[in-house]
Parts: sequence; C-alpha cells; structure tokens
Amino acid sequence: MENKLINITLKVWRQRGPKTKGAFETYKLDGVSVDSSFLEMLDMLNEKLISERKEPVVFDHDCREGICGMCSLYINGHPHGPDEDITTCQLHMRKFKDGETITIEPWRSHGFPIIRDLMVNRTAFDKIMQAGGYVSVNTGGFAEANAIPIPKRIADEAMDSASCIGCGACVAACKNGSAMLFVSAKVSQLALLPQGKKEGARRAKAMVAKMDELGFGNCTNTGACEAECPKNISITNIARLNREFLSAKFKD
Amino acid sequence: MGCFIFNSSIGRKLVMSITGIALVLFLTFHAVMNIFVIISPEVYDQICEFLGANWYAIVGTVGLAALVVIHIFYALWLSIQNYIARGTDRYDVKANAPGVEWAGQNMLVLGLIVFGFLGLHLYNFWYEMQLPEIMGQEPAVGSEIVKGLFQSPVYCVVYMVWFAAIWFHLTHGIWSAIQTMGGSNHIWLPRIKTISNIWATIVVLIFMSIPVFYLITNLLG
Amino acid sequence: MTTNNEKNKIDSKVPQGPLAEKWTEYKAHQKLVNPANKRRLDIIVVGTGLAGASAAATLGELGFNVKNFCIQDSPRRAHSIAAQGGINAAKNYQNDGDSVYRLFYDTIKGGDYRARESNVYRLAEVSNNIIDQCVAQGVPFAREYGGSLANRSFGGAQVSRTFYAKGQTGQQLLLGAYSALSRQAQKGSVKLYTRYEMLDLVIIDGKARGIIARNLVSGKTERFSAHAVVIASGGYGNTFFLSTNAMGSNGSAVMQIYRKGAYFANPCYAQIHPTCIPVHGENQSKLTLMSESLRNDGRIWVPKKKEDAEAIRTGKLKPTQIKEEDRDYYLERRYPAFGNLVPRDVASRAAKERCDAGYGVGPTGLAVYLDFSEPIQRLGRDVVEARYGNLFQMYYKIVDENPYETPMMIYPAIHYTMGGIWVDYELQTSIPGCFCIGEANYSDHGANRLGASALMQGLADGYFVLPYTIQNYLAGEISTPRFSTDLPEFNDAEKGVQERIDRLMKIQGKRSVDSLHKELGLVMWEYVGMGRTKETLEKAIVEIKRIKKEFWSDVFIPGDGKDQNTELEKAIRLADFLEIGDLMARDGLLREESCGGHFRLEYQTSDGEALRNDEKFSYVSCWKYKGEDQEPEMLKEDLNYEFTKVQQRNYK
Repeated sequence: MENKLINITLKVWRQRGPKTKGAFETYKLDGVSVDSSFLEMLDMLNEKLISERKEPVVFDHDCREGICGMCSLYINGHPHGPDEDITTCQLHMRKFKDGETITIEPWRSHGFPIIRDLMVNRTAFDKIMQAGGYVSVNTGGFAEANAIPIPKRIADEAMDSASCIGCGACVAACKNGSAMLFVSAKVSQLALLPQGKKEGARRAKAMVAKMDELGFGNCTNTGACEAECPKNISITNIARLNREFLSAKFKD
Repeated sequence: MGCFIFNSSIGRKLVMSITGIALVLFLTFHAVMNIFVIISPEVYDQICEFLGANWYAIVGTVGLAALVVIHIFYALWLSIQNYIARGTDRYDVKANAPGVEWAGQNMLVLGLIVFGFLGLHLYNFWYEMQLPEIMGQEPAVGSEIVKGLFQSPVYCVVYMVWFAAIWFHLTHGIWSAIQTMGGSNHIWLPRIKTISNIWATIVVLIFMSIPVFYLITNLLG
Repeated sequence: MTTNNEKNKIDSKVPQGPLAEKWTEYKAHQKLVNPANKRRLDIIVVGTGLAGASAAATLGELGFNVKNFCIQDSPRRAHSIAAQGGINAAKNYQNDGDSVYRLFYDTIKGGDYRARESNVYRLAEVSNNIIDQCVAQGVPFAREYGGSLANRSFGGAQVSRTFYAKGQTGQQLLLGAYSALSRQAQKGSVKLYTRYEMLDLVIIDGKARGIIARNLVSGKTERFSAHAVVIASGGYGNTFFLSTNAMGSNGSAVMQIYRKGAYFANPCYAQIHPTCIPVHGENQSKLTLMSESLRNDGRIWVPKKKEDAEAIRTGKLKPTQIKEEDRDYYLERRYPAFGNLVPRDVASRAAKERCDAGYGVGPTGLAVYLDFSEPIQRLGRDVVEARYGNLFQMYYKIVDENPYETPMMIYPAIHYTMGGIWVDYELQTSIPGCFCIGEANYSDHGANRLGASALMQGLADGYFVLPYTIQNYLAGEISTPRFSTDLPEFNDAEKGVQERIDRLMKIQGKRSVDSLHKELGLVMWEYVGMGRTKETLEKAIVEIKRIKKEFWSDVFIPGDGKDQNTELEKAIRLADFLEIGDLMARDGLLREESCGGHFRLEYQTSDGEALRNDEKFSYVSCWKYKGEDQEPEMLKEDLNYEFTKVQQRNYK
C-alpha cells in the first residue's frame, strides 16, 4: 500500500426526481488517497458538499465488499468503472490518474428508472424473480440433503451461474437494455440442478415473459454484459436460457 | 406454440437467427457457384441457365426475398424496441468493453449497408438475367455480365467494400444465430465463434476472389 | 430449570423435561392456528436477511398475511449476503464423530457458557433440517466428485461440519431464502416493502400491533398494523463506525422496541473478527472481512524479532525475506491443539497482543501476516486457488498485493454482535406479540459466536423455530379483527416519529453525521473494544454522553425531512447508535469478568486468557429502558447449566 494523494475532477449526474430533468455538475476534489475505494471518494465529496451546506449526491451502496449488488454507477463509460471483475465499491482510486476527470452517470435503461441523482429503481429484477426464479418447495417438505447426489461438475457450474449479484450492470452495459444475462443466470442455475429441473419449462417461460413485459430489450449477443459483469457470469447462460425457453415453447 | 415468435424476445430472435442462417446457406451456395466464373465460365453459364426462370428458381427467389424481408423487418422491429428499452437519456461517455466485437455492436448498420449494396447487385445481375427471362425476353449471359462489370475498377472496389461488410455481419451473425438457438455452452462457445469466423472468411474470400481476379487480370492487361 | 425467576420477573418459558426432548415436547403441545384463521392474521416482519426472509417466506407458505420490510432496494441486498465461510450442521457426513450433542456442546463452550442451554440444543437439532431445506431450494453447495455434499472445518470445532458454497455461502443461502420469499410475493401471501425503514413500534393494550415506517423514497411516514411484529433487523456492529457490517446495517429497530419495553440483553458482547483487511486511512468507510475459512490452510505469524517487525513497517524488509526460524507462528505456539483454528475471540486478542507488544507489521504496525506459502507448496496453487480464489482476488483488488506471492495482512475488526433483544424460548421479546430473530436477538451464541453459526441461527429461527412458536401466540389472537391504523396509538406513534425528525432537522448545526459517527466509533474501539477496563468503560460513558450532546445540538442535516434524505436516515440511525454505545459500556462495566466477546483486562489468567466468574456472572443481563436520559435498569436471567459441565475454555 502506498499512501499517495491525487486531485481529481468529477462530472456527476444530478437529477432531483424521476420526472425532473437532470444535468451534469462538476466538482473538484483534492487530496484523495489512492488507497481509498471509489465510494469512499464519493463519501469525501459528500462531506465536502455538506460542509458547503449543499445536498449530498445520492447513490446506492451497502455492503461495500462486492457482494450485495446494491452499488451501481456508470464510471467513465463502464458500469462499475474501468477495472475488471469488480463492483464499484471494490474499485480503488489507484486506477485513476492525478488530474483526471471522472464522469459518473446512473444506470440508464427503461427498466431502471432514476429515483434521484445516481440512484435507480431496480425493482424490475425482483419482479422477474417473483415470476419464477425459485424451486417450488415449502419449508420442511424435502428429502435428506445427500439423497440427491449432484456431480461436482454440475454443482460447480450451477454455482458459477448462481454468483450473480443482481446489480444490473448487464442491463446498463447492453446497448439493447436487455436483462438476458440476469435472467439466464437464475434459469441456468436451477435448470442445471435436479431440484430445479422439474419446473424448468414453466420457469423459463414465466421469467422471459416478465422480462419482456417490463420493457427490457432483445438480446443481440453483443457480449457487453459478460464483459462488464463484475461476477464474470458467462453468456453461455443465455444460450441455455434460449434452449430452455425454445424447447418449452415447442413442447406447448 | 402460440405466437411466441411475435410476442417474446427470444422468439423474435429465433426468427432472426433462422432467416439469418438460411441466408448464410444461400450465400455459401452463391459463393461456390460464383467461383466457376473464374474456373470455367461455361459451367457458370450452365448453372445460370439451369436456374433461369424455372418454377423452382422462381420459388427459390421469392423465398429468398421473403427471407430478406423478414430478416430486415425483424431487425428493424427489434432495433426499435431496443432503442426504447435503452431509456430516454443516453450515456454521456461510452467506452468499449474489453473483448466485445465491433461487429456485434453494429449489426444494424452493417445490415443496412449490405442491404443497400444488394439493390445495386440486383440491378447489375438480376435485372439483366432472371427478370428478362420472366418477362419472356432473352436473358444476358452470366459470365459476360461479370466480366463486363468488373472491367471497371470502381465496381471491383465497390463490391469488395460490400463483401467486407458482409464479412463483419457474418462473423457475428453465424455464432449469434447458433447462440440464439441455444446451441452453445462454455466448451462450444469459443469453437462456434471460431467456426463462424472461418466460415465467414471462406465465403467472403471466394466472393472477393472474383473482383480481385478481374482487377489483377486487367492490371496485367 | 428455573423457568420463572420471581425476583426479576424474567420468564424464559423453557419447557420442562430432558434437554433432547424439550423442542419435540414443545411442538407436540403448543397451540396452532388453523388454515382458515391464518388468512385472517397479519404479521409484520422487519428485515429480509436470512432470518427475516426465511421467516416471512415460511409464514407466507403457512397462510398468514405477511408484510415484509427492508431498507434496501431489494430483499436480496440484506447483509447476510456477505457471509463467506459456511453454515454448520450436525450431519456427520464425514463420519468424524459429529452429533447434535457435539454441535450443541461446541456452541455452548464456544459461547463461553453464557447461552441458554435449551435454545442452543434446539439450534443444533434443527441444523440438519436447514441443510435439507437449502438443498431442496437449489442452493449450490460444494460437492465431492461422487455427488455428495462437501464439508470443511472451521474455528472452535474438531470436526468438519461446515457446508459451503465457494466463499459465498451467505449469498447462496440468502438467495435461497429470497427465492422462497419471491415465490410467496408472487402468490400474494407476502407483500414486500422495499426502501422502507421502521421508525417505531405501535403498542395497543400492551401488545405489539404495528409499526410506523418511513418510505425512504418519498420521505413520508406510513402506518402498518398487524397481529404480531417480528424484528429481524440484524446486529449493531456499526456502532463502531468501522466494522464489517454493511453501511446501512443499524440497530434502530432494536432500539425502538427497547424504548417500548423490550429488554436489551448482553449489549457488551461484540465479536471481533480476526481476519479483516487492515485500516488504510481516515477516509476508510468500512472494513472488509476475509473469511475465517482462510485459517484452515493459512498460517498466522509475526516476526520473532522486534527489529525485523520495525524494518517491515518502514518498508526496509519484505515479509518473504524473513527466514522460517525468525517467524513466530504465535497461534500454533500458544495453542498446539487448535493452532490457527482457535475461536475468533482468542485469535483476535492474540493478534492485538502481538501488535501491542511491538511485533505488528504493515505501515501502521496494526497487522499480522496470514501466510499461504506452505499450503501452496503442499497442495499446489490450483487447489489453493479453487478454495480461496475469490478471496485472494478481493484482497488483491483492495490492497494491491498478490497473496499468492506475499503473505496477506490481517487485523481484527468488529464483525458480529452476540448481544441483542432478549427473547424467551419462543423468541418472543418482553413485549407480547413482538418477536425478535437472527442476529437482532441475543439468544444462542452466548458471549462468543463460532464461525459458520450465524447463518445456522438465522435460518433456524426463520425456517424452523419462529413459524412454530409464533402460532402459540397467534392462537390467542384469532378472534382479534384487523386493526385500523387510525387508532390513537398509531396517531401518537407517528406524531412521535415526526417530532423526532423535526427535532433533528431543526438543529442545523455544523457537524456532519459521519464525522460524529466516526468520533463515536473511535471511542468505542478505544474504550469498549477488544480489551476493556473499568476506567476505559467509565470514560466511554462520559465520552458518548459528550458526543450525544454534540450530536443533538450541532448536527447538520441538509435537505427536507419530508423528502428523500440520506443524511437524515443516517442521523436517525446514529442517534440510536449513541444509545447502544452507552448500553454496551454500561453492560461491560457491570460484567466484572472476561468471557467471549467481552474481555476485561483486569480479569485474565496468568497467560492472558479470559477469566470467567461463573459464581457471580452466570446470567444474562437484561437492560430495561426507563425513559429518556434516565439510567436503564438491569435485570438478570440466571443461566443454570443442567446438562453441561461448565469449564474454563481451553483450546491448548
């Protein structure tokens, strides 16, 4: 760890509410430690704004260790910033140069309306999950855990799909505003496992229908979602979703 | 089955991929046929004559036209939906994500370029060959048109630009179609991408070889 | 078993009978609610972590009408998601001698004999059901090649009983509970209120009947009524400002019910986690935990010679340059039987002891090494990467050093609070109709929680305990009609909330919320941290009072109280943290012994181990609110160990 300080200029999107018009505001911030995380830098900015008796920049964040999926931010043209395979909260200021101008925008998608400044509404993801992102089993009605042997390879693959944190970077990165990576990760995880297979067809149809209904775009396989995903979710999940969905539809 | 090819995103994408793959197969056939114009203009002309204005050739042509129309109609439909899905405000800064193909991001533009040149191509060939035959007139000889057209270096270059656009469109299109049909996994995805690149390259190289051949023969005088 | 302590009126409602039969007996004789009546009963669940989500989903499945609240934008964000290591269960899949009794015993012993035996036994009993339940939901636990579930070992146990999903077990378990919750939301039996923060409990005729919550987007307060209220809002570790908790984790819901009459039990028990990434500077906003599972293979050391440590601090030496014989693997040296796998409190104190003695490394001297060179040599880099790859990557991104090449630096940080709202055997607080589950309650971990037990407790409470015990209460409410939120009790509660907000907004002072919170955090870490004394605790009470005064007279909150206002949210939470800090210090002061997460420097053995005083302090301290600026009263629930022999904890 080196204790270097840098001075930066921030171009931050400020927007009062969902219906009001937003605009960029420019702030100068001096003496940012390169060991700070990006959100700690924003904390610094907010402390500065508060000391000037202004309202702080509103942004979503919670666990600050890259797992809750709450933080977002479109930084210099990348969801979760320029570093690979991490969320904004794990992005550190050592990735930026002294004197650099950093542009911070909210996720922009029809499916994620802006609430305020950099905070967006991602309830659409919950709604898609509610449409079918589960195994229909009640508490208590189950077999002994080891009664369902699952090959390690399958369990590992399901785990890879299940690592999605639901942050929405895939939608933010996609020029089509498509939520296919998110949906496919959940469909894949449950389609791979014997527990989830039984209702695989119903799940794929219901989740895709909800996704379409909520106004997400059509996937054109650009691969931007995979490239920007902080958890490295693969687009092969999308192929599996397509498979599940189409075979379900052809069987109807 | 309902009408999921209209009312679901994956269904609409399936239409894109099926029509796309069909067009790729046609292009492949077209390329194989074209190469004969260099190897043996007689055989080439025989193929042209064989296709002529027979019922199966007309059915094929109408089918092709339908494929193109459906492909383009769906492309526009999807693009409009995708534009709306993007929301009202656009990003101020847009950087390229590492490892994302340029072609994949620009399929609509590439497709429109391909379509634009297709008009020229139909005017150059179809207008001279199948159309007169349908109208009951005497069609032109295929190999002669090719030869005549590529006497002009400008046409050579124009066609090469067109082929380049097709190449970009195919490199993404082929694997993307297979992906949409569900035919990939973490082992096959890189293989399909490679196959897609090789296929597109072979097809386009064959097409390209013709203007290049004439360009060189003309230069050598 | 003392079920009713006449003197203090604390009734833990523990059923009679042998330990192993209590829960079965309870379930066999408790009252239930029939399906038609369930539809007529409303339950509010505050929080969507492991405990809250699993409880809300299960209650919804049973047919109750559930209203589930969370402050985040989605139930899936709750901080349970960040638990890395695993979840314990007494499955004995490894045939290494595990059993329900052994899990119970390890938990009681790990908790330094300060937990209620009956609750802990029940926890160990239902632990196996949790694994079955999660597998049925599609949680992708790690597996062996043969397809059976894999286990790993964890601190404080001599068997391998921990189930895991890479280093993201909490995430996978929470997503499992979240999926069950989503299923109920779809069915309409659970209504989700996201971005809502509970601001008060409404009590009608002595029973919990609803809450006042603030819509965090609109900034308006709203009223919600129910037949029972379940608090599952997590722990209060953020009192320390820097902790491994999420930024939004708070103790406000807990303090609201405390002020309405629920006892706050054992506030001083706070767990310090030994393997966190050290602090980098004053702008640090939170501490990142590295899973305890790292201690399975990693070896902890500091230099043997002070001059080496000094040279490392100034950057003249690199850790890899310290020869093997010059390294002090102090945990292996002091605790040969458990080595690097001693419980968290022991490992944390040992690290602090070495650093205080001048052997600490890193630029601040407040760090020790966690070294993987030996396992990398023994198992190969691939195996180490498969086990800990994501943790190593996380460390690399934060610290910018590659743990495959140079040892990681770690230091203890506040991680979990064993203290919380007092609950009886039924998980009911001292307010009838108000239940408390998960980390928010105090029950099962005693003075110290073992690794991989928090997930177990949260899910046990939510899936398998509360859905039973709450019916014993609700069976008496079946003829109670739904409540109107226009009742005077709701008016008063909402007015109270509004007045508190107005009071905060009117201060318009000069200090930011965070600056005051950081000040509180420093006081807590310094005086109520890992090593406490009578003097430091007394000092803490004075200091907290000072900060509290400053807060209420000089805090500045921009914006509008009736609009979305993130600074106001933080201020409301800080107001409660200030009171929790005070309670923690008071409780620590009265507890003149060392046990688990409470270490009084005055009470230690000659070799620096915690010295309990079972004669005087074998009780749960239950704090009762007496009014604003009044000293709270302390009641005791005596802990009578009937089934286990109380011993000095020994991990040597």
